Amino acid sequence: MTLLAVDGLRAYYGQVQALQGISFALEEGTVTALLGANGAGKTTTLRAICNMVRSTGRIEFDGKPLAGISTESVVRLGIAHVPQGRGTFSAMTVEENLQLGAISRKDTKSIGRDIERMYEHFPVLKRRHTQQAGTLSGGEQQMLAVARALMLRPRLMLLDEPSFGLAPLIVRDLFAILRKVNLEEKVAILVVEQNAQLALEIAQKAYVIETGSIVMSGSAKEIATNEDIRKSYLGY
Amino acid sequence: MELLTNQILAGLATGAIYACMALAVVMIYQAINHLNFAQGEMAMFSTFIAWQLMQWGLGFWGAFALTLVISFIGGVALERLLFNPLTNAPVLVHVAGFIALFAILNSVAGLTWDFTIKQFPSPFGSTGFLGSQLISKHQAGIIGVAFAMLSLLYGFFRFTRIGLALRAAASQPESARLVGIDTRWMVALGWGMASAIGAIAGVLIAPVVFLEPNMMGGVLLYSFAAAVLGGLSSPFGSVLGGFIVGVFENLVSTYVPGVGTELKLPIALALIVTVLVIRPSGLLGRVVVKRV
Repeated sequence: MTLLAVDGLRAYYGQVQALQGISFALEEGTVTALLGANGAGKTTTLRAICNMVRSTGRIEFDGKPLAGISTESVVRLGIAHVPQGRGTFSAMTVEENLQLGAISRKDTKSIGRDIERMYEHFPVLKRRHTQQAGTLSGGEQQMLAVARALMLRPRLMLLDEPSFGLAPLIVRDLFAILRKVNLEEKVAILVVEQNAQLALEIAQKAYVIETGSIVMSGSAKEIATNEDIRKSYLGY
Repeated sequence: MELLTNQILAGLATGAIYACMALAVVMIYQAINHLNFAQGEMAMFSTFIAWQLMQWGLGFWGAFALTLVISFIGGVALERLLFNPLTNAPVLVHVAGFIALFAILNSVAGLTWDFTIKQFPSPFGSTGFLGSQLISKHQAGIIGVAFAMLSLLYGFFRFTRIGLALRAAASQPESARLVGIDTRWMVALGWGMASAIGAIAGVLIAPVVFLEPNMMGGVLLYSFAAAVLGGLSSPFGSVLGGFIVGVFENLVSTYVPGVGTELKLPIALALIVTVLVIRPSGLLGRVVVKRV
């Protein structure tokens, strides 16, 4: 079943048009990768879904149009966005960050249990649960950002360059957890990455964006094995 | 020795008032990054409302409670109607807005209740506290009420979900929206709470300085000094700053020859300038580094 449908999305920063009308769809419970070079429009696509930039076109989540509603309302529908720079609350403790992730939930009783579950997924966060988020290492902060997003019990998670600035080993760990989370929590993931190889390993479907348009789409396998695409767009 | 103890205790009592006002100023500053010059006049207006309610026959604590509710609603309304539309306006527009609010509240209070000085009753009485000559019952009451309120606020911000949401919205608004917090209502809530805290300060200080439209002028100046001293980014610092300024003010005017009561106000200004020169972020404030 289609969870997210994007049709003819155009986005603008002032007079500059950053997306030239892109369309794609994302199935429930799947991982989709959005690939492309710097400045291609990947981040803008995620921001447009959350209504954080001016955009036109049609975005439907679970059959409901998202046009004209505020960012916080989009989030409350079950879309958790982990932005670039992670969006953790640096002056607050790890545990407070997790509680904030669930702040819009009505079922307050199960929040404590969910926090425990996050500590199982990310044991390092349990060891640091009283520490200020700003004092964590980059990898730990990214784990916290993902855990915070999952606390919403989202149906869709938007991840913006989760590997950014992290050491290769940590990135491996993180993607292993993302795959696990996708299967166990049954949350669909739309991941934006420059590290295409990694993203394609956990994704079922992939889209390649260049200067605001989708130039290629297909199953992750097709994209990963197509020599031409790899060389001309993904650079590895 | 007795004079010293006496001056310190009295300083803590006025310091508690400065602490409340400084906290109110810092709460709004945290939410919108502007200093509310009209905070004192808002508190004065609330105090007049309490006085009016008592004139209409309510007891002190009944009037007090109702005043807090009215002030809270008033604060929320001010934000929604006046300052929310100015959210993205330049600094000077905000300054103009605050000065306008200052002037409007001051004149409306003068028009409604006139400018003559009025007695304001103390619920605690003015005789010595526990038979001692060191501190009056009212001063002890001020300290007690301020501490009760500060503890309640601490608990609210530390242990409740809405307190957590308020802190999140104030520190990182964009991230707050990404966890589903409606930050605009959080700002309004901050205004309401600041307005209610100011009302507490006004009602507590009114028996000492007497009730009139200009009663909060000096108090607000000291509160700004307290907020700057403690750090505008730190609610806890502003409270600490309030107590320090209260005691400091008393000690200087008692022991430094030639200062006396007439020269007390410049102390506040001197303090603000000194802190800004030596340590602009205040005692407990954090230095905010911005990437440009």
